[in-house]
Amino acid sequence: MSTNTFIYSLHLADNALILAQRNAEWTGHGPVLEQDIAITNISLDLLGQARNFYQYAASQYNNFSDEEKKAVDKYVPRVWKEYNRELQEDDLAFLRDEHQYLNLLIAELRKGDWAQTVLRQFFFSTFQFYLYQQLQSCSNKDLTAIAEKSIKEVAYHLRWSSEWVIRLGDGTKESNQRIKNALTDQWAFTGEMFQPASYELIDVFSLKDEWLKKIETIFAEATLEVPKQTWMQSGGKEGRHTENFGYLLTELQYLQRTYPNSQW
Amino acid sequence: MEPQEKLFQEKIDNEVRIEPKDRMPEKYRQTLIRQISQHAHSEIVGMLPEGNWISRAPSLKRKQILIAKVQDEAGHGLYLYSAAETLGISRDEMIEQLHSGKAKYSSIFNYPTLTWADMGAIGWLVDGAAIMNQVPLCRASYGPYSRAMIRICKEESFHQRQGFESLLVLSKGSEEQRAMVQDAINRWWWPSIMMFGPHDSESQHTEQSMKWKIKRFSNDELRQRFVDMCAEQVKLLRMALPDPDLKWNEERQHYDFGKINWEEFWNVVSGNGPCNKQRLGARRKAWEEGAWVREAAKVHAEKRAARNKEQTAA
Amino acid sequence: MMIFFKKYLYGDYGDKETPQGINSLGTQANEWPLWEVFIRSKQGLDHKHVGSLHAADAQMAIENARDVYTRRQEGVSIWVVESKYIHASNPDDAESFYEPANDKVYRHPTFYDLPDEVKHM
Repeated sequence: MSTNTFIYSLHLADNALILAQRNAEWTGHGPVLEQDIAITNISLDLLGQARNFYQYAASQYNNFSDEEKKAVDKYVPRVWKEYNRELQEDDLAFLRDEHQYLNLLIAELRKGDWAQTVLRQFFFSTFQFYLYQQLQSCSNKDLTAIAEKSIKEVAYHLRWSSEWVIRLGDGTKESNQRIKNALTDQWAFTGEMFQPASYELIDVFSLKDEWLKKIETIFAEATLEVPKQTWMQSGGKEGRHTENFGYLLTELQYLQRTYPNSQW
Repeated sequence: MEPQEKLFQEKIDNEVRIEPKDRMPEKYRQTLIRQISQHAHSEIVGMLPEGNWISRAPSLKRKQILIAKVQDEAGHGLYLYSAAETLGISRDEMIEQLHSGKAKYSSIFNYPTLTWADMGAIGWLVDGAAIMNQVPLCRASYGPYSRAMIRICKEESFHQRQGFESLLVLSKGSEEQRAMVQDAINRWWWPSIMMFGPHDSESQHTEQSMKWKIKRFSNDELRQRFVDMCAEQVKLLRMALPDPDLKWNEERQHYDFGKINWEEFWNVVSGNGPCNKQRLGARRKAWEEGAWVREAAKVHAEKRAARNKEQTAA
Repeated sequence: MMIFFKKYLYGDYGDKETPQGINSLGTQANEWPLWEVFIRSKQGLDHKHVGSLHAADAQMAIENARDVYTRRQEGVSIWVVESKYIHASNPDDAESFYEPANDKVYRHPTFYDLPDEVKHM
């Protein structure tokens, strides 16, 4: 059970880190200065969440018995093992191999245009909001604390992104078309959120109805339709990623891999 | 001097702030628009060389710090555009001037960021030079400008400290990291002291700007202060500034330093720097690709307003 | 060459700096409106003017103000008003009382309605 908490922490951390990485790509390239600031703010929030989860994961691991460490060995970075020191947040964030990251695939999709960014954020933040609500009352005190700290900002992300979905859906013909295209691209990646993985402490399947209701409400105002398609992509929670992921990791990990075991 | 201009100059001499609705000489207004908007453009373009390294930051903490710094710069640009708009120019007009090449931005940002150590070097040297220029502007004669500068200076000193601290950590690290630091300093030192502009003897507008308290110290004065400060600080890093002529002058009580390569300076300012085209290109691209977004938000707001009107009328 | 370059000193350009004003109404028509931002800090007694920003609607203006002017502090009160709805006095300038159109807070050219014949102002 406790080893599940460790793995689950990694999943929650990876979700936040990978999406933070994507959102930060807008820095200096946003459609307007004020929105540049807004999206980077969201990135910072997510990065803060990621750090909390990675730090918790690292401290869990460092306090594991030898047996427990053995049980989670395949989740731990190879390279770090040579350093002969305690596991730290950065080791987990920067040194795992591709198949060891457990984030939702939707987080690693390319940032695309503004429509793709805000739609993805909307899907993700709606999910995160209901998830953290549940986490706030789960049995693990550390996860509860992180969820409590984070839920206000997630509520903000949800509001911000839903307003943008409405603006673009009910804006011009072009914006409407663009967000429809984004919807076509992304819908198949939303199902994974509700497919439970063995290590998850929250029953994510139970979040689906509330999530869908929120989507439908906002879509109605945005003059968008919820797609009928039911076939969903998956694999992220098990470490099977999209083609995007390799490139993302290359940038993320470059310095830590090139200058091993250094101080920054 | 006409009586109105005399009154205006008296205000300035008595350190009374000029506010947006006050009468002012047209030249004063034009000079301010130019200076403030170019400062704003510098902040925005400045986001790009540093933004380059966000995806590759070597630790979570450094990634957070860098994103926050670049975000701060966006905010500074915003404060300054806001101050400039009080003088009768719009944000869109200013952006157009930047993109068309009519308005300039600090040419330091036309240099490339090649390694992680560049981030620290920029914080220490570039922000350091900027602060030296900016602190006096907190007492600039134009109210909105000085208030914006006060906000900016508060945040900027933080950036400089973080940059220096980052270099300090690297300088205590591996041989490769130490070499990275020295290399970054070698590339950023001279462009940083060029940030103070040409020698006083070559600077046309300084005299009038100083009379109007838009500029409070001369280029050479600020540059000397900066050199003196950095010459001491570099010792803490156990690195060297790339200037064989840098030497303490006991008589002047200042550091003597070498000749600036003005040919490089003028070339970079006029568009021949390593990254000029890239920087402006990136800004133009972001603006053009964002047009449909801005349009959509505007149209949506209008639709909403029209609906509200209908509802209240009903 | 040097004379040519000197025109482009950092901080200087050209001698006649004129914003396009009414001439570029084209670009301004597409612009998001300007909003003035007033903040009352957590311990503060009243709202202070902190600056301005562009936003398409009030909701966006408030969110932007939170991001930019409060850095997302809690317990802060934000007011946003479209600049065009603010009317201002100028106690120093006696002449302003004789120019009723001169009660706008800024000199922003779009605040002024001028006849078509006045092309370059």
